Amino acid sequence: MKQLKILGLVAILAGLIIAPFTQATYGTYVLSSWLVFTVAAMGLNLTLGYAGQISLAQAAFMGIGAYSTALMTMAGLPWIASVVVGMGLCFVVGLILGYPALRVQNHFLAFVTLAFTTLAFLVMRNEEWLTGGIYGLVGVPRPSVAGLSLMDGTRYYFFTLGVFILASLSFWWLVNSPWGRAFKGLRENPIRANSLGVDTRLVTLLAFAIGAAYGGLSGALMAPLVQYIDPMSFTLIISLKILLMVVVGGSGYFFGPFLGAGLVIMLPEFLRFAEAYYLMIYAALVVFLMVVCPSGLLGLLSRGIAAIRSREPAERGDLKEGAQL
Amino acid sequence: MTETVLSIRNISKSFGGIHAVRDVSFDVYKGEVLGLIGPNGSGKSTLFNCVLGQLKPDAGGVTVTGQDVAGKRACELSKLGVGRTFQQLSVFPEMSVLDNLILAGQEHRGSMFSRLFGPSDAGLTEEADRMISFFRLGHLRDELAGSLSYGQQKLVDAAMAFMANPALVLLDEPAGGVNLTMLGHLKERLKTYNREHETTFVVIEHNMEFVMSLCTRIVVLAEGAIIAEGTPEEIRANQTVIDAYLGS
Repeated sequence: MKQLKILGLVAILAGLIIAPFTQATYGTYVLSSWLVFTVAAMGLNLTLGYAGQISLAQAAFMGIGAYSTALMTMAGLPWIASVVVGMGLCFVVGLILGYPALRVQNHFLAFVTLAFTTLAFLVMRNEEWLTGGIYGLVGVPRPSVAGLSLMDGTRYYFFTLGVFILASLSFWWLVNSPWGRAFKGLRENPIRANSLGVDTRLVTLLAFAIGAAYGGLSGALMAPLVQYIDPMSFTLIISLKILLMVVVGGSGYFFGPFLGAGLVIMLPEFLRFAEAYYLMIYAALVVFLMVVCPSGLLGLLSRGIAAIRSREPAERGDLKEGAQL
Repeated sequence: MTETVLSIRNISKSFGGIHAVRDVSFDVYKGEVLGLIGPNGSGKSTLFNCVLGQLKPDAGGVTVTGQDVAGKRACELSKLGVGRTFQQLSVFPEMSVLDNLILAGQEHRGSMFSRLFGPSDAGLTEEADRMISFFRLGHLRDELAGSLSYGQQKLVDAAMAFMANPALVLLDEPAGGVNLTMLGHLKERLKTYNREHETTFVVIEHNMEFVMSLCTRIVVLAEGAIIAEGTPEEIRANQTVIDAYLGS
């Protein structure tokens, strides 16, 4: 089974390397967008899927990352410095935004984070001296790696892919570390987790802060990709779109955001044949998906595997031990 | 049995005009299994919550291994060596039994940052496996805790309370809803653990048979005050206790 998984991962990676050579410029741009949004969805998956804290603020964190990168790189500073600043800013703001989560939960927390997204949008729109207001910032440069310009779309795709792989590996390491177990403990039974020594306050704040930092990284990749940013790219609707990616893919599953972002980004492209009706079909498909598999596509897959296994002869020892336990 | 693990001194707690706990004092010694019993509304849970820092007593204080627990959060109490179980099922349902036990012990291993850079199991798999075997849950090791029966989850819950090698374990109605076979198994395991590790237990329980056969000493509360204290045999024969339960 493990070998099969490794083989699957290698095949996906090979597919990602080959993909831009089979696509025109726009196709490569869509693939890059998918990678960028997957990073943002990964962050929300930590906050929501693993730690169980609802957040509608991921677009605002993308905005903070994107504006930091745009402002700094346009001032001639290196991209990597802007990433450090953008992610650091998001981490600190995420930490602060996590504080309400210590007092309120569920839909109340959703409203707190929604208000933050609106606030961030207003700052981006109104503080023209810094953000360019509704006109945004034009001409965000793409970074160079070892003197190699990434202005070419395919090159920038590979750069994004590299960062995406690093972000994914870090995420894998994090959620499989004792921290990941503490995040899940917070989601499943915070009172019990606290009684076992898990500092649930700290873990809640970290879930917000680290998730926000991933949002910042995503923004830092997005600004040079689009080369133009404006406040409309970071509104509540974008936060909801990222939430949809996490939920459709499978909240709390490592690969959930990968699949969810793929679906949310790619599906409209495949539905272009429907012209004016594509949004209606898209919405209907999302409704259908949510009704059929509320735990997301990976949740559905997981249920399917469990159903197949349940047809095999039971191997659970408790069934053999019977009354002993 | 002279080392005091838990010391409750002159605890009083009122809710409005109701005196839930009135000037209660007693000590619990190392290796002792103390039962805290009393009719409904006698103040057991209020006292329990004062010990766990979830309620601030109006007067008096609680120390665990000599340290004042006033105002301590649950996670801080755990670090002080206080383990507990809950009345209701309290496992992590979407995690395997093994992961439940590792989570129960990992926060006591190194600092938060050393855990991040250390092994993913915080070096606890072997210890968790030992605890799983001790509670005879080996065949359920990799099952999701939420998929187990009520009684099995109670055993997992109990096993989790011991993963951090606590000095004191507070068992809140461990027998509640557990069938007789499982109950006998749980009692036998708790007794064995107590004998092998000299861990101190405080048990709140309504099942008299369970309390009488598990505990070495019993404190009886009625209307917020201690009405009797002694060995199970002494309590069984105490007329005040009989009156409190059955009415005089």
